[in-house]
Amino acid sequence: MATESVIEVRDLTMRYGSRLIQENLNFSVQRGDIFVIMGGSGCGKSTLLKHLIGLSVPARGQILVNGEDFFTASPDRQTAIRRNWGITYQRGGLFSDLTLAENVAVPLQQYTELSQAEMAELISYKLALVGLHGFEDYYPSELSGGMQKRAALARAIALDPELLFFDEPSAGLDPLSSRRLDELIVQLSESMGGTVVIVTHELASIFSIANNSVFLDAETRTQLDYGNPRELLYHSRYPLVRHFLSRGGTDNPPPGSPGDRP
Amino acid sequence: MTDRDEHTSFTVTADGDGIVLHLKGDWTSAAAPPGAAALRDACQSQSSPSGDWRVSSAADFRWDSTVASRLFALALYCDRQDIAFDTSALPDNLQKLLGLATAVKQPPAPPAPPPGLAAQLKAAMHSVQDSAVEFLAFLGAVVLALGATLLGRSQARMRDLLYFIEQCGPKAIGIVALISVLVGMILAYLGAVQLSNFGAEVYVANLVALGMVREMGPLMTAVIMAGRTGAAYAAQLGTMQSNEEIDAITTLGLSPVEYLVVPRLLALVLVMPLLVIFANIIGLAGGGLVAAGMDVNIAQFIDQARSSVTLGDIATGLFKSLVFAGLIAIAGCQAGLASGRTSAAVGNATTRAVVHAIVYLVVADALLNIIYNLLGV
Repeated sequence: MATESVIEVRDLTMRYGSRLIQENLNFSVQRGDIFVIMGGSGCGKSTLLKHLIGLSVPARGQILVNGEDFFTASPDRQTAIRRNWGITYQRGGLFSDLTLAENVAVPLQQYTELSQAEMAELISYKLALVGLHGFEDYYPSELSGGMQKRAALARAIALDPELLFFDEPSAGLDPLSSRRLDELIVQLSESMGGTVVIVTHELASIFSIANNSVFLDAETRTQLDYGNPRELLYHSRYPLVRHFLSRGGTDNPPPGSPGDRP
Repeated sequence: MTDRDEHTSFTVTADGDGIVLHLKGDWTSAAAPPGAAALRDACQSQSSPSGDWRVSSAADFRWDSTVASRLFALALYCDRQDIAFDTSALPDNLQKLLGLATAVKQPPAPPAPPPGLAAQLKAAMHSVQDSAVEFLAFLGAVVLALGATLLGRSQARMRDLLYFIEQCGPKAIGIVALISVLVGMILAYLGAVQLSNFGAEVYVANLVALGMVREMGPLMTAVIMAGRTGAAYAAQLGTMQSNEEIDAITTLGLSPVEYLVVPRLLALVLVMPLLVIFANIIGLAGGGLVAAGMDVNIAQFIDQARSSVTLGDIATGLFKSLVFAGLIAIAGCQAGLASGRTSAAVGNATTRAVVHAIVYLVVADALLNIIYNLLGV
């Protein structure tokens, strides 16, 4: 497959006011990648995601999505770019006053001209894809945490996005639910031909789904390493990265050994 | 690459092994392909010795979620009718997606239907009853917590008290001043029109002074504080509820009423009389301005106002403000603590806090006026 950058981050510096979060970030995400942003707590992973999805403006540097700078694009163009993104937030971000069907319908109503019947068909299909067949009329608060995460995923994939962003998809889920969600993400991205960017520090997820990653360091406030996490585990130049990926013990085999992925 | 002149089409044929649905051309959403019902009807119009349905696609077949949703609807239909639905001739990715979608067959129990009219009326009656009981229970809890505070055995965080006093006192002065000066002017205009018929303009001062001190000062300040502070209390506590902070307070062995409600209530009760005194003075100034425009000079106005208002009048107004402050804090805190955990629930709690507070205020004001009348103060 010809590699082609979907996201290119050049010399990015992120700040909150005068507080430096990260600087000199340089990496790119190729089409079809499952790309993980990892690092210890408080290193700025979620902040980086907020920059990638256009919610925060970089203090310096550029983020190119399909060769285009989101922040200098016109408002109409920004909307068009956002149409190709699907995002699930750390706590799901489902609208609590809408049912699941209405939640999934929001992007459809915004961007398509489907009839009621077609929309209902599509919503039923999207919910079934994430294993929530028949939950159309439930409110988010009536579901478990894992189901809410999956419902958020159904809303994110409503428009067949080319780019899927996840902020800590497995936060607050038990290992089995979290693994099923990981598998779902892989299956969906493979069959839809999409690119996935995930913020996580779950080692199990990192090793079982990622094929590229960037490691952010909270100490030096910059990216420490960049590459396939399974290679970084053994061959990273930085002890800190090897340490992080082996959960503090370099002798233990990683959870989810190499070659686990179908 | 596919040709541009391809078009969306399908054929349905029947053979000995079943009915075959063959999809050709562009089936992406842009091409607005036929709906699931059309496909289903076409398949049903054929008959075959075997009831099975198969879907296949031509080489130029292009697809996205739209066709997947159609096929999923067909699959569900076939599942209900016990028809075998074979998708193995479709592109691999589409097959995988349909496999994922049909993996969970058992739909959950539908959510409970909304109750009928009779049930709703009954529920509404009960909720009025319940809210009365809840109000009394909450009032009791607050009184107990205040008692504990007075005896010095409270868990209330007194550091918070200063913060809340600042929030509902100094920061509310601007809005209270604005509303009071206008209310004073309104009272003056109201009286001036009538009194000028008798050449008794100077009594505008009596009207404004008594009106502000006994009634409008406490009531208008309370309405402002209900919207400003009562709503804020409900939103704070509601957000704490959704953030599980209230749970944390309870499991840490603290009482939410003592820890959270007492400082808020005390702050409001301490600040309200001061705000009312301020509102009275500003209201009188507003009335004085209007009176000055009607040839009642300021000295006359002050003199007249001073002679008409007794210390008892001021005291009745201030007592009202204490009661109002308590009611606003209780309405706000009760709504916040009883809030659900969703963003919509926090919004509802805030609405309830303001509506309840204003109802409590008006009812309490009427009751207090009756009592004052009976006591002759």
